[in-house]
Amino acid sequence: MQFVQNFPFFCILLTLMCAVITSVLKGRAARRMTLFVILIVSAMNAAVMAYTLRTGESYVYMMGHFPAPWGNEIRVGVLETVTMMIFCFVILFSFLGGLPRSVRQIESTKYNIYCILVDLTLLSLLALVYTNDLFTAYVFIEINTIAAAGLVMMRQNGASLVAGVRYMIMNLLGSSLFLIGIVLLYTVTGHLLMSNIQESVAQLAATGQYHVPLTVVLALMSVGLAMKSALFPFSTWLPGAYSNSTPTASAILSSIVSKGYIFLLVKVYVRVIGFEVVRELGIFDILFVFGAIGMIMGSVNAVRAKTTRMMVAYSSVAQIGYIFTALGLGSEAGVICALWHLVAHAATKSMLFISGSELDETSGGTHLRGDLRGGFYRSPLAAAAFSLGAVNLVGIPLLSVFITKVTMAQAAIGVGGRHAAIALACLAVSTLLNAMYFLSTVLDLFTPRRDASGAKATLARVKPNGLVTLSLVGFMALNLLMGFFAQGILTAIAQGLARFA
Amino acid sequence: MRLFVNYEETAAVILFCIGFTTMMLHKNLIKKIIGMDIMDTAVYLFLASQGYIEGRTAPIVVNGVQSVEAYINPIPAGLVLTGIVVSVSVSALMLALSVRLYYRYHTLNLDEIIAMAGKEEV
Repeated sequence: MQFVQNFPFFCILLTLMCAVITSVLKGRAARRMTLFVILIVSAMNAAVMAYTLRTGESYVYMMGHFPAPWGNEIRVGVLETVTMMIFCFVILFSFLGGLPRSVRQIESTKYNIYCILVDLTLLSLLALVYTNDLFTAYVFIEINTIAAAGLVMMRQNGASLVAGVRYMIMNLLGSSLFLIGIVLLYTVTGHLLMSNIQESVAQLAATGQYHVPLTVVLALMSVGLAMKSALFPFSTWLPGAYSNSTPTASAILSSIVSKGYIFLLVKVYVRVIGFEVVRELGIFDILFVFGAIGMIMGSVNAVRAKTTRMMVAYSSVAQIGYIFTALGLGSEAGVICALWHLVAHAATKSMLFISGSELDETSGGTHLRGDLRGGFYRSPLAAAAFSLGAVNLVGIPLLSVFITKVTMAQAAIGVGGRHAAIALACLAVSTLLNAMYFLSTVLDLFTPRRDASGAKATLARVKPNGLVTLSLVGFMALNLLMGFFAQGILTAIAQGLARFA
Repeated sequence: MRLFVNYEETAAVILFCIGFTTMMLHKNLIKKIIGMDIMDTAVYLFLASQGYIEGRTAPIVVNGVQSVEAYINPIPAGLVLTGIVVSVSVSALMLALSVRLYYRYHTLNLDEIIAMAGKEEV
């Protein structure tokens, strides 16, 4: 075994240790420690990604030297490392971009707790992406839920506490459904390691045994994870949670936390149950319907939203709808599209939250959409980043979400029939609605403010913070590079998916 | 009737449904937390009943190691223990949050709390 193959395990262990150490550190030291761990994890993940891309294979890492089916395992392949790499970039830029505001918004004595929560979110994501054990996945789902709820509540005002409670209730319902799904699956198969479960399920599916229990298991797991990833109509908790937390928390929650659950759901379908079995059980059609409704309803609510953050939050409901619609097509091309949009949306939405909150602050801090008028003249870089994210989500060619729309249309046409018609119609309507709310906001940003007499109001350019500048430049580069190198990333995802089962 | 033979599983499913509806439908935060705990406990009952095999003993070596056939399956018990730890942490967090909300709004009714928080924002 090569040394680099240990890195995913080291990442998990290091993040956990740093979270413990951070508990005894104060403000600045805690910030540095969190930044250090994000950088180290990113570097180690880059090394593993290079290794998996070079070999093209996935490998199993045995934990504690107990072989399957007794021990716990990590499984690492191209798909896991590429996804985690983009998550690492997103978490790094989100943390940097939200740093100045989080220092002001969070009590200084509790700042280290905030850093611990960021560490734990990173830890649980690493575990969700890399684990090959279903019960380990459940434990880290709960850690993720607790850490994310803490991030939502960190501002400690009334709205954020209420958002935290609503987040917890919906997410705990989702976790419990997922847990009972695992227990039923264990009862039927006698295994907890994903690969072993798949072998047993394949045998059961071949003989036609346990058809009803397997359908129930799949339904429980799908509904549980759909609730947690805010698929419409389970998205009632989302707008409050995203719009009342700190910018870093909003960016991390919207772009990574919900995506971690969707990644796990794909893992359940492909590696645990087996794609063909899932297709036969008919779960994809249900996901398709709710995904398609989510694409429209999320966008309709975003059009009606009064504040920028609410608009961006509701847009997440629509984008999650895109992912589930692509997944619900039930074809390999659909899954590749869903996985691509998972990372593309993660990179874009976090940039929108960070740049949107910067624009809000330089526009008087009222959060109302109309107050962003002339934002470009006060904060050009934030306005440029917001505009890039907005036009990306509308689907301008050469950018990442355009690739989603093209691949989704191709996948839908490949499936044919009613699926194709519904998916294409929803894509068209959703794109139109996206353009309505995002492009009007972008136009507002570049339109100068005028006073009552119609003269241009005085424009005071706000000097941007160095960390925010670094974060926004990083986000813009990430989004542009993902658009330019989309074909390469899509090929890597397809290659990873082939070895994912 | 299989339902009476597998009475532990039946009880677990009924308890899960009671917990789920309590958590979904009650407005009182404490009742919601109780519902969540009932739901989790139901899962652990289900899991524990799967590990038990009638006529066998706990896998603890007393008079030397016996045949595998002599012991029950210990894995579900381990899973239940892990699950309980998770459930306790989540309950503690929810209770702490309820206390914070009660100090702030002097009620545990979630609908009233949401309404008051909405007014605060305006």
